[in-house]
Amino acid sequence: MRVTFKLYAMLADHLPDEARRTNALDLEVPPGRTVGQVIDEFNLPPKLVHLVLVNGNYIQPGDRAGRALAEGDVLAIWPPIAGG
Amino acid sequence: MAWAKKILRVNLSKGTCASEPLNMEWAQQYLGQRGLATKYLVAETDPKVDPLSPDNKLIMTTGPLTGTMASTGGRYSVVTKGPLTGAIACSNSGGYFGAELKMAGWDMIIFEGKSPKPVYLWLENDKAELRDASHLWGTTTWHTEETIKAAHQDPQIRIASIGRAGENGVLYACVVNDLHRAAGRSGVGAVMGSKNLKAVAVRGTVGVGNVRDFKAFLQATTAAKKVLADNAVTGQGLPKFGTQVLMNVINEVGALPTRNANDVQFEGARKISAEAMHEKRPTDGKANLITNAACFGCTIACGRVSQVDKTHWSVVNNPKYWGATGGLEYENAWSLGAANGVDDLEALTVANMICNEDGMDPITFGATVGAVMEMYQMGVLKKEQIGIESPFGSAQALLEMAHMTAEGRGFGKELALGSARLTKKYGHPELSMTVKGQEFPAYDPRGIQGMGLTYATSNRGACHLRSYTVASEILGVPVKTDPLATDGKPDLVKAFQDATAAFDSSGTCIFTTFAWTLGDLAPQLDAACEGGWTLERLAEVGERIWNMERQYNLAAGLTAKDDDLPKRLKTEPAKTGPAKGMVSGIDKMIPEYYKVRGWTTEGVPTKDTMKRLGL
Ligand code: SF4
Repeated sequence: MRVTFKLYAMLADHLPDEARRTNALDLEVPPGRTVGQVIDEFNLPPKLVHLVLVNGNYIQPGDRAGRALAEGDVLAIWPPIAGG
Repeated sequence: MAWAKKILRVNLSKGTCASEPLNMEWAQQYLGQRGLATKYLVAETDPKVDPLSPDNKLIMTTGPLTGTMASTGGRYSVVTKGPLTGAIACSNSGGYFGAELKMAGWDMIIFEGKSPKPVYLWLENDKAELRDASHLWGTTTWHTEETIKAAHQDPQIRIASIGRAGENGVLYACVVNDLHRAAGRSGVGAVMGSKNLKAVAVRGTVGVGNVRDFKAFLQATTAAKKVLADNAVTGQGLPKFGTQVLMNVINEVGALPTRNANDVQFEGARKISAEAMHEKRPTDGKANLITNAACFGCTIACGRVSQVDKTHWSVVNNPKYWGATGGLEYENAWSLGAANGVDDLEALTVANMICNEDGMDPITFGATVGAVMEMYQMGVLKKEQIGIESPFGSAQALLEMAHMTAEGRGFGKELALGSARLTKKYGHPELSMTVKGQEFPAYDPRGIQGMGLTYATSNRGACHLRSYTVASEILGVPVKTDPLATDGKPDLVKAFQDATAAFDSSGTCIFTTFAWTLGDLAPQLDAACEGGWTLERLAEVGERIWNMERQYNLAAGLTAKDDDLPKRLKTEPAKTGPAKGMVSGIDKMIPEYYKVRGWTTEGVPTKDTMKRLGL
């Protein structure tokens, strides 16, 4: 199944070059792939995995390992950031 | 104590400048800056005063930590009655001006009356005099700064001034200091202009003395700086990406008000985000962002320094915009961009420059353009009236409107009114995205419910900086709450409002609160000032300030009816994103908020509340 994977701010360094200008990557993953597994696959430094959203909804740290993605989901991740 | 204990009172009608002692009793109750200056305004003016009449007063004020070695200790505020809102106005700015004022030996300047001709105030430590500013009238803030520095042959002078917007009575004119920093909201610059006061120029070499316990102060400020440095947000996120990093976040959570809040997600968000500012442009191979920058004494340095592409159509024939300049912050990128559907990063940077150059609040200006574009799309306003085709998404229209408003020509005179008055004039008040006449900023209350309550109850009209619940609802600081829930938000908003009022009265920047709590601020204040400053005392001072501002607004004629959101946010559901199908739950939150505040069902602080707070 296909999902969209987005990494922002410092985490964008973990995207392949061609995806940096959009911060987004189309991923083909097996059904049942979890948020936690995608995070592990991309070797994202745990300290930088702060704000994790699936389709814009926040996923609590404790729920990430068990949260299965569905076809068409958008997984977006930010390091600790803030604004005003 | 770190107060200079001295106020400068400038009577512009008489042309006099007089020193007087700071009321130290009030300083114990209201701390400084926002709280203390508001106390002076309340004590000295009629809340029903016409904001643009000589009877209104304009106060420039510092906090006890302004000018000290506390991190971000460079803040000052401009306090007055706001012409955009008819409510209390208190606009906070960074840069270097506030610290210079304090180092010249002054806590506060109170301007009263109206000068018969344009003047600027020249302050050199103790020496204060009004000087002729006829040659500066009709010029920009940039020109004013340069001319005053050259005239005094001192590049280290710090200046706060108004541009042509403030002179022309643009109701959301701001006071700009250090070229790119502004006391931005509610039209404090229009009040300054109404007094024929063009600028305040300061050179201070006295320094900040009176620190109560210097050793303890050194320890407390050092420890607090370490907290900022060790925190991932204030130590890394803000310096590298600035506030603009929020553009993609808020778009993703479906709370980015787009095209005058018709939508909550903007397809062009990525193109005007922090990530885009870091990228090399295909045209000239350079990035929009050059570097970050810090205000006085700040160890966070969230400021943006940008340079536009010289070949961009908006500046190709205008070299004055080619240099390094204050870059886009999240609020400005949103108001000039997403709010109008414009996704041209270079054009937005230029529009932001015009706002700095001529002293206009980009939030209200941009949101007003959004309302105009909607009226244009509906056929209510025509090209002949505006002077240019103005569909959503037109960067040309945005820039032309910025120029005409700054210069006070053509349709710019109507844009100068802000969206509440403008939409009413053309028969569509429902298209104004305002509370108490002031445009709401970059968070849609349908997708972040706490911000709806924040806007509705903000004492200075819609504003995000009175209780930034985004920190909790989206970013998880100090704890994560659900942005789509209304339960618990009245308590959350009250806690944020009270803490923010204390920070705004201290001389430090509210962005420290991504890492600091009042518990980090208290030891710094306590070492600097007499009074036994604890976390609890600061929370109480914050609550006292909030209620004092509320009382001022009620006396000015505002009522509970003014604690409301634009109809669109209550009746037109979000079309996309996590909040799809939702409207703001403001009507549910308000009664609970009044209860939490200790106010009547009419939103009036009860006698018990007033007594408890010593008001
Ligand atoms: S955090 Fe940003 S706005 Fe605040 S004082 Fe520092 S540079 Fe200025």
